[in-house]
Amino acid sequence: MAEPILQLRDVSLSFKGIKALNALSFDVERGEICALIGPNGAGKSSLLNIINGVYRADSGSVSFDGERFVRIRPARAAHLGIGRTFQHNALFRHLSVLDNVLAGLIRHSRTTLIEHAFGLGRDRSETRAFGRRADEIIGFLDLARHRDRVVSTLPYGVQKRVDLARALVGRPSLLLLDEPMAGMNQDEKREMSSFVLEANRSFRTTVVLIEHDMSVVMGLSHHVVVLDYGRKVGDGTPEEVRRNPDVIAAYLGTVH
Amino acid sequence: MTAIGTDTIEGFGSTDETARSWLRIALAVALLAGLAAVPLVANDYWLNAVLIPFLIMSLTALGLNLLMGYAGQASLGSGGFMAVGAYATYNILLRLPELPLPVNLLLGGVISGLVGVIAGLPSLRIKGFYLVASTLAAQFVLEWLFNQYGWFSNYSTSSSISAPRLAILGHDLSSPTGRYLLTLATVAIVTVVAIRLVRSQTGRTWMAIRDMDTAASVIGIPVAAGKLKAFFVSSLVIGIAGALWAFAYLGTVDARSFNLDRSFQVMFAIIIGGMGSISGNYVGAAFMILLPILLDHVGGAVFGGAIDPGQLENLQKALFGALIVWFLIKEPRGLAALLSRAWTQLASRFER
Repeated sequence: MAEPILQLRDVSLSFKGIKALNALSFDVERGEICALIGPNGAGKSSLLNIINGVYRADSGSVSFDGERFVRIRPARAAHLGIGRTFQHNALFRHLSVLDNVLAGLIRHSRTTLIEHAFGLGRDRSETRAFGRRADEIIGFLDLARHRDRVVSTLPYGVQKRVDLARALVGRPSLLLLDEPMAGMNQDEKREMSSFVLEANRSFRTTVVLIEHDMSVVMGLSHHVVVLDYGRKVGDGTPEEVRRNPDVIAAYLGTVH
Repeated sequence: MTAIGTDTIEGFGSTDETARSWLRIALAVALLAGLAAVPLVANDYWLNAVLIPFLIMSLTALGLNLLMGYAGQASLGSGGFMAVGAYATYNILLRLPELPLPVNLLLGGVISGLVGVIAGLPSLRIKGFYLVASTLAAQFVLEWLFNQYGWFSNYSTSSSISAPRLAILGHDLSSPTGRYLLTLATVAIVTVVAIRLVRSQTGRTWMAIRDMDTAASVIGIPVAAGKLKAFFVSSLVIGIAGALWAFAYLGTVDARSFNLDRSFQVMFAIIIGGMGSISGNYVGAAFMILLPILLDHVGGAVFGGAIDPGQLENLQKALFGALIVWFLIKEPRGLAALLSRAWTQLASRFER
């Protein structure tokens, strides 16, 4: 079997003495959709923040695509091909859908300030190429009719999709989704799930996502990791995790 | 869900959009031609006291707007950067007289831009009011520097030095018409470049930093470089404006005309005109420069002789302040947004 795209080894993190993550280890295989589940405060968002460098682990290591690191800057993580969306709306709110998506391509830009100012060199061809890539993703996520709208004027569910488009347009090899379906109704969740699945299939993007809705998780993911108070209590296929007594005690048994 | 590459290309550069952008270019060219023809009808007072300062204030506002309105980095250092541009250009004129004037103005701007980058370094660590305070420090240090060290003013005995003669390719530009056309040409060129920039990846980088800098860095946007580039371009434009203010408007180089009051005037111009808007700079500058002149004339005509001139001046200032407040309540996004809304309403009325 090929090497996992993401390997976490004994990752620990604490905030002011409180352990958020406790010697956590697991692998994410290339091309799979991996769901992180667990009660609030289990350390799921902290874990995503470590993978793309927003936080620094106290100990342990992360290997991505064969590169091992303890600490990585978020910009470097993005360049290596780790894309991400945010739990709370983090779009560029005064910009249009198109400009938000184009912003996701800035790290691929090879043009300079002078070229932008005077329209010289590769500026025109890059602008055209980026426009095509952005419009492709906008079409893919069914955002074409919102393309020129300012994002802050769009409904919440559509904004979540714009966030996904902005992350996806740079063709990340690993996509981290922090509660992409939070606050959505069942229809919107189903729609979002199908977009995530389609992105995973069409672009061979590995996905790590945080989600609370168990029916969504069970239907969408190939692999589930269960966290409770910073420890891993379950790791396997949705079927295995569903039957794991520790998981049932920690999470599934509680009423949500 | 749609397959990749279908139904997405329509609307991208469609004929409708192209026609509209051509119309816009035609309007801009007509406006520029009209402005260039103004000296044929206007007298020296209009050129010297009204149009030249209005155009230069627009240029300064444009410079600050790139930094504050587009990149979201507030600054009270505009006066200081104008001074750098003016003194740099003065010294280049003095020490390298063989350089053509446009090159000279650009070099002065570049020096101001580099000083702006240094003044912008704190923005990598602090934001908001703290950044305003640090740019305020830059303003005071620059003002002090030009007063303190005689080298900058060629050891002139008076604190204000007269500007050298302006000429391009042997054409003397020291007449009001010449100075007006020099200013107009500079403003037109810088405006075109600025519009290109804000629509490019650079502009998108700036606006992303302004709207959500943490998300920007996570998706791989170079935030630190983007901020410093904004300081560079902004100070470059403001520096050119400062050189014009000294050479094309006042005729002297004097640090006192680039004090904190000037910085506030520029900031008010973009807040009133519209942050993150190119046309807002002209509207805001018109408000700041033309309205006081208008109030002065109207006040003089209506109350002249009846009220003590000192009182009248205070009344004008109070009325000016009240108008600022009134316009900002009517449209917090600035006069440019107010005008564009009025225009849309007017257009829809005609279409019906």
